[in-house]
Amino acid sequence: MIHATALTKTFTTGKRTVEAVRGLDLHVAAGEIVGFLGPNGAGKSTSLRMFTTLLKPTSGTATVAGYDLVAEPAEVRRRIGYVPQGNTVAPIAQVGEELELQARLYGMSRAEARDRVAETLRALDLTGVEARPAAALSGGQRRRVDLAMGLLHNPRLLFLDEPTTGLDPQSRANLWDHVRRLRDREGVTVFLTTHYLDEADALCDRILIIDHGRVVTEGTPADLKAELGPSATLDDVFLHVTGRELRESTAA
Amino acid sequence: MTALILARHYLRATYRSKLSVLFSAIQPIMFLVLFGPLFARSGVGSWDVLVPGLLVQLTLMSAGLAGFGIFIDQRFGVLERLRVTPAGRTALLLGRVLRDVVVLLVQAALLLAIGFVLGLRAPLAGLLLGLALLVVLAIGLASLSYAIALVMPDELFPPVASTAVVPLMLLSGALLPMSLAPPWLDVLSRLTPFRYVVEALRAFFAGSYGGAAVAWGMLAGLAFLVIGVALGTRVFHRENA
Repeated sequence: MIHATALTKTFTTGKRTVEAVRGLDLHVAAGEIVGFLGPNGAGKSTSLRMFTTLLKPTSGTATVAGYDLVAEPAEVRRRIGYVPQGNTVAPIAQVGEELELQARLYGMSRAEARDRVAETLRALDLTGVEARPAAALSGGQRRRVDLAMGLLHNPRLLFLDEPTTGLDPQSRANLWDHVRRLRDREGVTVFLTTHYLDEADALCDRILIIDHGRVVTEGTPADLKAELGPSATLDDVFLHVTGRELRESTAA
Repeated sequence: MTALILARHYLRATYRSKLSVLFSAIQPIMFLVLFGPLFARSGVGSWDVLVPGLLVQLTLMSAGLAGFGIFIDQRFGVLERLRVTPAGRTALLLGRVLRDVVVLLVQAALLLAIGFVLGLRAPLAGLLLGLALLVVLAIGLASLSYAIALVMPDELFPPVASTAVVPLMLLSGALLPMSLAPPWLDVLSRLTPFRYVVEALRAFFAGSYGGAAVAWGMLAGLAFLVIGVALGTRVFHRENA
């Protein structure tokens, strides 16, 4: 689903040059839930923005959902779903109208869009929120609306950027259930970033840890922990491979 | 087609906040009602001189400040969400611009209706040609407004845009014809495209459709449209826009 080779991204602002991603190699198979972890400024968001066609790589090659990221970005966009950090609906916007617009931008007729919106809201326990402004929803509901935005067109590959930040434990657990269901029932491949290592441990089949723009380790949560010792946690693994030094976010 | 889908969506949202449509037209309407009667008795000109100027003022205040609207979408991740859909970047811009044009036409119809009540008389062909020229200007102006809003720091665009509108409006001769201006002000005024549009509109409202004023006005409007849409599209295609 994702194949990246020697992918780099460099930002230049005035005289300052930042190499946010420095030769990223990674492969994600169909049907996997992959956690993409790293400290602030490690290159996670920049990589995600490249995979979702929001940023052009400086060098290297990548195919996403079977299409070349640079040569065929429109084909990639048709096949991926993306739930960015933060919300994707303005507080005063009506949830149903925003979802219908999103569906129509993927080529659905008005009738198809309405049906698909209703179906997606039902699947995410959101029935009845269509006529409400986003500001009237709870944090968990708003995040599920964001997830609905990314799922309306039945993507085979879903990118989630810190999907549960700011949610209470119940809402987080509920979102995890929905993500698992997507993979188990519909075979959707999920590529997610998170700072919650318990979330990555509970949800992901495989973990990639990125630091200084490169993947520094990868494996199943169980294998990564086992490498460090019988009582190791994913936090221990993370600190072991990325160090304890505090990081400033330097990438875009 | 995608631009039409987006325009329809934005118009639905605009329809829910009808008062904002009225409020962005309130300044030209106040000039029309409170300044118009004085102007009509001043000997400088009549309603067919003032109303075209106020229509350009309206366009500056409505389409020219359209960029305000994109801040919310940018801040709440809506723009980023739309940029990952198959919608073309140009369509993302034109959808908004089309909404702005429809809103402007509604506001212009209101201004003209009040103008007619107060004493404006103009031929139908002149009115329609005038509105067509306003649409051309509004497309360029709104596109440019979005482009500037996207490249300028959030806190800077509102004061800069609302301040820029005032000299542009005064230099266009919207309130008083530039034939009254001293030479330096006349030269300065000729450097802005809005003066030519105002003069073309005045010619249309006077029933003149083929003179130099019309030609210059159309040329200025079209040039503004090409430059505005080209810059707007370029910015919408940029990374991180």
